Amino acid sequence: MQDAVKYAITLENVNKWYGKHHVLKDINLSIKDKEKVVICGPSGSGKSTMIRCINGLEEHQEGKIVVGNVELCDELKSLDQIRGDAGMVFQSFNLFPHMTVLENCTLGPIHVRGMKRAKAEELAMSLISRVNIRDQAHKYPGQLSGGQQQRVAIARALCMQPKIMLFDEPTSALDPEMVKEVLDTMIELTDLGMTMICVTHEMGFAKQVADRVIFMDNGSIIESGTPVEMFEAPKTDRLKLFLSQILHH
Amino acid sequence: MPLTNRRKYRTSTTLAVLIVLPILISSYYYFCFVNNFWLTELFFRSPSTQERGRFYASLFKWVLGIALFFINYISLGKIQKRLQIIITSLELFLLLALFMATFQLSLPFIAAKVGYLITQGAFTTLYVSAISIVLAFCIALVTAIARLSSNGVAVGIATFYTSFFRGIPLLIQIFILYMGLPQLGFVINPIPAGITALSLCYGAYMSEVFRAGIQSIPHGQWEASRALGLHKSKIMRLVILPQALKIIIPPTGNHFIAMLKDSSLVSVVGVWELTYVASTVGNREFRNMEMLITAAAIYWIMSILLEIIQGRIERSYSPAAR
Repeated sequence: MQDAVKYAITLENVNKWYGKHHVLKDINLSIKDKEKVVICGPSGSGKSTMIRCINGLEEHQEGKIVVGNVELCDELKSLDQIRGDAGMVFQSFNLFPHMTVLENCTLGPIHVRGMKRAKAEELAMSLISRVNIRDQAHKYPGQLSGGQQQRVAIARALCMQPKIMLFDEPTSALDPEMVKEVLDTMIELTDLGMTMICVTHEMGFAKQVADRVIFMDNGSIIESGTPVEMFEAPKTDRLKLFLSQILHH
Repeated sequence: MPLTNRRKYRTSTTLAVLIVLPILISSYYYFCFVNNFWLTELFFRSPSTQERGRFYASLFKWVLGIALFFINYISLGKIQKRLQIIITSLELFLLLALFMATFQLSLPFIAAKVGYLITQGAFTTLYVSAISIVLAFCIALVTAIARLSSNGVAVGIATFYTSFFRGIPLLIQIFILYMGLPQLGFVINPIPAGITALSLCYGAYMSEVFRAGIQSIPHGQWEASRALGLHKSKIMRLVILPQALKIIIPPTGNHFIAMLKDSSLVSVVGVWELTYVASTVGNREFRNMEMLITAAAIYWIMSILLEIIQGRIERSYSPAAR
């Protein structure tokens, strides 16, 4: 087994521009190992961009991002190392439609980790059962409902045995019944002891699971704290406005 | 009246249509064109009414023809869609055959020469095209990936190649290759020269189809693969290309069928393929139309074979990616 690396994510003075648009402004953030962080905020506040920078899917122009012991830079090697350790679940699932559920999950272990097929399938089946879609293992994504597809996506990310799980609005594309099944799955995963960063609008989930909630607006982190602090006693006006809009929905 | 497929079709109606329609069509043909003495009786009573007689006879044929057309259309509406398609195809084929018959071709001559056309001409056309198809496919794949890569040199080469080989007529490409390569020291036979020219030319056209197919795959597929840590080459091979192939196949099948005809151009460097053989035999014995029409029919049959193969390949791709 790997020795216990104190996995933390550190963002120091991170700035990012999309052309002229300044999408991340002086982000400073430190996330401890095994911490569960929920990021919330209005659309366009840069939440998704921030976690995609952590994964290396987007490049930051200024500042320093350190994941584990590795600093993200342009070199190919460092990026591959990060991506193996940070699993990501997308809002639009992004499953591979030409492969079965099982094949979707074993793709990573076989072609990135070099696992043998039998071992990879065993691992995949255990995780597929864990997210409660064992019966669908040989179906194609097109034959599954939205909630099932998202759970496949979670299983696929877990098959890489990551130390960090990144969720980019995982339930935003689902209808209310399926939202519950996916959130329940995510809550069960908290037992696995990974660092979790979740961008979501589901405040109930945040209250139940998060160690820390971060509120972002317009590219900066406005406020952060425990769920109780943030929801019961918001300090900034911006957060108060946001909460009033969400809670009165 | 729409040709709808949603109604239940009675066997009795289908049988009635299948029996009556051919009888009607053949009677019309026979009585209006083959054995039309009765028309003469009806309209050409006396020599003085020749002009008007001719006009009325012709009008009569037209009116009957149009009536027959509507009867045909309506009765086809009463049978199953699959039968409709088959019968319509047969009718169109019949019209084509009738048109060909007006050329008054010598069938014994065709029968005598068709064997040679197939064994020499069609055989050469087929194997020149088959090899070119495989090579063009490989070239197109490599070029499309090069065009989309982050390496500027690869993009430059690929763009130049596609621009050049799509910009110059195939005929001139064949000449340039056949006469130019010996200048560099490569003495090359006509058939390899022809195959090279065809592959390079069609490779350029097909690379754009491949590029479009690859670019049509949603970005999310790339992102999910990158998030798993896959290398770009593996992403292409395992995720993108299998999905892109479904989109690429129909236009590629199109190109193959076109290439079958364009292979006739390699005859300018001395390859005895189908069109060349047909026109030389025809010229020699002053029977051009027979030979060209026969060659056309052989090309059509080969194209139909390719269409069937394409259909099979397309069907094998659909059940997986639902």
